[in-house]
Amino acid sequence: MLLERNKKEFINKWEKRVLPFLLLLPAFILILSVVAYPIGRAIWLSFHDFNPLKPFESKYVGFENFFKILKDKVFFIALKNSLIWIIGVVSFQFIGGLIGALILRQKFKGRSLIRGISLIPWVTPGILISIMWMWMLDGNYGIINDILLRLGLISRYIPWLAQKNTSLFSVMIADIWRGIPFFAIMLLAAMEAIPEQLYEAARIDGANSFRIFIHITWPLILPTVIITTMLRIIWTANHMDLILIMTDGGPGYSSLIIPLMAYHTAYKQLNFGYASALALLQGVFLIIIVSLYLRLLRKKGGMY
Amino acid sequence: MKNFIFKYFLIFIWLAFILIPYIWMFITSIKSPNELYVFPIKYLPSKPTFEGYILLLKSTPFLAYMKNSIIVALSTVIIALFVAILASYSFSRFDYKGKTPLSFIFLITQMFPAILLAIPLFLLMKSLKILNTPYSLILAHSTFAVPFSTWMITGFLNSIPKELDEAAQIDGCTKIGALRHVILPIASPGIVAAAIYIFIYSWNEFLYALTFTSDIKARTIPVGLHTFMGEYIIRWDLLTAGGIITGLPVIIFFMFIQKYLVKGLTEGAVTG
Repeated sequence: MLLERNKKEFINKWEKRVLPFLLLLPAFILILSVVAYPIGRAIWLSFHDFNPLKPFESKYVGFENFFKILKDKVFFIALKNSLIWIIGVVSFQFIGGLIGALILRQKFKGRSLIRGISLIPWVTPGILISIMWMWMLDGNYGIINDILLRLGLISRYIPWLAQKNTSLFSVMIADIWRGIPFFAIMLLAAMEAIPEQLYEAARIDGANSFRIFIHITWPLILPTVIITTMLRIIWTANHMDLILIMTDGGPGYSSLIIPLMAYHTAYKQLNFGYASALALLQGVFLIIIVSLYLRLLRKKGGMY
Repeated sequence: MKNFIFKYFLIFIWLAFILIPYIWMFITSIKSPNELYVFPIKYLPSKPTFEGYILLLKSTPFLAYMKNSIIVALSTVIIALFVAILASYSFSRFDYKGKTPLSFIFLITQMFPAILLAIPLFLLMKSLKILNTPYSLILAHSTFAVPFSTWMITGFLNSIPKELDEAAQIDGCTKIGALRHVILPIASPGIVAAAIYIFIYSWNEFLYALTFTSDIKARTIPVGLHTFMGEYIIRWDLLTAGGIITGLPVIIFFMFIQKYLVKGLTEGAVTG
């Protein structure tokens, strides 16, 4: 009897104090080895001159990699492009997403199916999106040139991805297209969480749809707008698959953004130290952008 | 009536905006090469053909890439799912100090630029001697898939009443027994949704696949298609056919789980 009770107590203790952590252990082993350790290593690398082909000749160089960045003309081109890329992509995705959410909010047949379809671009592999848009933007056989020419908007075919003043802008179009449906679905979910009575009351008071949007919908979806935009900023800043595939930063440096520059530095110039410093700076840069963004909204919205 | 037409017109525009690139890609993939490169563009093929697909499978290493992609994605699903189920059981059914910071660590992993991790991970994989093998990708993909799938599964477990596993424990089940025999069967739709999410993530992933693999032995489809762009004069019939084959399973899978995925995604944002 006593033994039985001891056993139960033991199991009880084990299940309360040990088991929950044991269950988390595999996840933490993965995260520690594949995320935490590499971050430490990246910081270490950024203070070293490191070539992966000659790992034993690496040497400590202090802040030299960071000083080099500040003198690097290419870095400032990439910084400017990164800012244009992030601000341009996220704001147009937001505007398009808002319009999409307002369209999808209406009552119509096949609603849930159309919502599902709306998210297809979000799950489409970046390589496929790149192929689609490279082909549509093609300078010789692209459908976009054909349509614009027929509409009389251009007078000759334009090699969108292959000329300096249109390359970044063209990849941005593809990325904006990819992100709009995601934004739309998130905003739609927020709109649907708004109680119907609020709208009814406003309508009884004689408010028109524009006023209803400004005074009811907008303030209530604002928290979702803030979170979604922030996630989108982080995502857009870090994901460079479309640029890498569609232009590889070119022609020249015309569509180079910071993470792609870090990639080139690491795998084309085999300068892992300098590349890590660039990637680290990108991380810091991102934290600054996100906190500025949050502060701006806190001042304006007064709700966070 | 006018309103009614306007409404459906807007929905039509929205669908066209999303679907036209896919439709154009499909049309391109079934055109014969001599109709592909003509001026002005021919919008519809006079003789649809699957030659591009046949050529792709026969004369390029596409099938080898596909095999690698399947191996990596399925192994990732098994590992990440196992890890995520255990973690979400801990988050959902136990009370302990430090739960919030621990779950915060999970989310933080999503914030770092992939390139920052890719460089040191490349060195790690190199010293483990698993560069250019599926193992390197399975390891990386599993880790990056765990946080979101844990979040998803935790949501599902939370929606299952605790009384059910308590009842099982009164009947003599241990906590782990309750997970296996009671909770998992009920949560299976959520687990399937998480599995498909993991599959899609791994199948689509590009940057780690690009940096960790260097030839046909381990290259996955996205990287394989990317090399087609450099090796051949861009063969749009092959590329679009490859794109269709790559995208199709993802889109079909996704349509099965979109309800759960949308719920998981939006709940976090709306309530968070």
